[in-house]
Amino acid sequence: MRRAVLIAVPYLWLLALFLVPFVIVFKISLSDVALARPPYLPQFSWDEGILAFLSELDFENYIFLTEDDLYWKAYLSSLKIAVFSTVLTLLVGYPIAYGMARAPSEWRPTLMMLVILPFWTSFLIRVYAWMGILSNEGFLNQFLLGIGLISEPLIILNTNTAVYIGIVYTYLPFMILPIYAALDRLDGSLIEAAEDLGCSRLSAFWLVTIPLSKNGIIAGSFLVFIPALGEFVIPSLLGGSGTLMIGKVLWEEFFSNRDWPVASAVAVVLLLILVIPIVLFQRNQEKQQEAEQ
Amino acid sequence: MTLRTMTLTAIVALSSAAAGAEEVRVYNWSDYIDEELLSKFEEETGIKLIYDVFDSNEVLETKMLAGGSGYDVVVPTGTFLQRQIQAGAFQKLDPAMLPNAKNLWDVIESRTAQYDPDNAYSINYMWGSTGLGVNVGKVREVLGEDAPLNSMDLIFKPENMEKLAACGVHFLDAPTELIPAVLQYIGEDPDSHDKDVIAKTEPILMGVRPYIQKFHSSEYINALANGDICVAVGWSGDVLQARDRAAEAENGVEIEYHAFAEGSLMWFDQMAIPVDAPNPAAAHKFLDFIMDAQNMAAASNYVYYANGNEASQQFLEEDVIGDTAIYPDEETMSNLYTTTPYPAKTQRVVTRLWTKIKSGT
Repeated sequence: MRRAVLIAVPYLWLLALFLVPFVIVFKISLSDVALARPPYLPQFSWDEGILAFLSELDFENYIFLTEDDLYWKAYLSSLKIAVFSTVLTLLVGYPIAYGMARAPSEWRPTLMMLVILPFWTSFLIRVYAWMGILSNEGFLNQFLLGIGLISEPLIILNTNTAVYIGIVYTYLPFMILPIYAALDRLDGSLIEAAEDLGCSRLSAFWLVTIPLSKNGIIAGSFLVFIPALGEFVIPSLLGGSGTLMIGKVLWEEFFSNRDWPVASAVAVVLLLILVIPIVLFQRNQEKQQEAEQ
Repeated sequence: MTLRTMTLTAIVALSSAAAGAEEVRVYNWSDYIDEELLSKFEEETGIKLIYDVFDSNEVLETKMLAGGSGYDVVVPTGTFLQRQIQAGAFQKLDPAMLPNAKNLWDVIESRTAQYDPDNAYSINYMWGSTGLGVNVGKVREVLGEDAPLNSMDLIFKPENMEKLAACGVHFLDAPTELIPAVLQYIGEDPDSHDKDVIAKTEPILMGVRPYIQKFHSSEYINALANGDICVAVGWSGDVLQARDRAAEAENGVEIEYHAFAEGSLMWFDQMAIPVDAPNPAAAHKFLDFIMDAQNMAAASNYVYYANGNEASQQFLEEDVIGDTAIYPDEETMSNLYTTTPYPAKTQRVVTRLWTKIKSGT
């Protein structure tokens, strides 16, 4: 009995917070746009009977997505931005995690605190702060102009560069923490052994440290990649109008076109694209747990 | 006994708190009111005012169409109001609760009636035009002394925009305002709903697209005031607010607003009460408070937009009522045009075109 309850809890959670919303969104994606509140037909009512209700649903909106190249271009561009920013976050995050794991143990709680500290401020305010830093008259340009490194202000805000900076900055802790957790558990004597056996420090790092922190790298990368793919706030605040991301396309379908059915279809396809990395991530987590047991 | 007394006291305290905390929730455009009016309303009526802001009609419309927004008063622009009325999003106003409606200006009411027949669902809050905000010094520096500061040539001619790109140009992220402007520029009917006519705007916008730094509907106020950009296609009062912020900051930035010499879009922001407003009685009180001549004048004096309240004009400051950028003279007035809402199919064409222009795909 207790076991059944324990198993039921996560499934109820999944049902209430994933499956039910998904079915609603999927149903809207099969409806037609209409001037009504809410703006689609048929709405959620069974007065006419379930068959009449179902007969009004069709896949027209999905066909529409294939007819206009905007959508796959946006998916592709989002994928590109998500992949690049994941790689960048890894390049920035790994050395930080490595440094933290190598720091004297009395420092580690403080360093950990410093990584988590930004979460105490609202995410939105931190992204706004970057607008102040990156703008033409912002701190960065003022500083670079001041020390004479550049003579014209760099145009960073409202470009893809600013989006990358924003994503890397925002998701950095999600990369650092799992890698740190992996490196922290790493047995130092393995490195010593590698060096005793003639490895240089660099090759010991490459042949021992990196493979042993692989799970941390994979976990961190997924934690960055998955939210970055559907990111809306960062590109709309820091990006320029040329920054094409599926989150923005979705927003436009929803708000500018008032076309909830097409917006829902875009969301369902985005979810399908994300299912692959999410399943891979789950597998990795499971493998890791098995390995630990 | 003590426990029972305590429970009773708690219940009484709770219910009286609930009764005393009458609330009205207002959803208005950003930078669109003198905030002292908000506390004045609370003092006069004893109703707690919760004031939220938005910067695009699309965001408001989605909330209205979704229903259950929880707002008692919202402020859509005329064209959007018209469609939302058709969708059944608003309730009719009760004239008996709005004695100050006598202050309204018939000139404006006759124009807003095209969106809201008989003005049954809404009252005019502010109106204005869509035109050019320019940083005079910078634009003259780039284009020379005879730069066309009040002409669409400034923003639709690639040779001008190419030079202006260096100092920064923002466009409103509002296709329903920019597409009509381009149509006006090329001599078509700005209110055309014909797809083929609308398509004619694409080459013009694409030609200047590389030189536009951002499409956004509220950032330009600060960007103009700080000198981050030198030209913005924006709303009259917002540009004038930027002018004032720059003057206050004494940063040497001089901003001017110009309606397009070729003709500008005239729009009306209307206050209305959602059909599912939690507190329609308080909403009416808020509308009546806003229609008070002195209050409306205070709002206009603060935000530099003209209002639809004739009685308020005697309380307007000279730099508001006397500024033709705010209260246009006869000639500019005759040069202003209005638009009607796009049907769904046309809206999709317009949005798609706009996305294409913004993102290049």
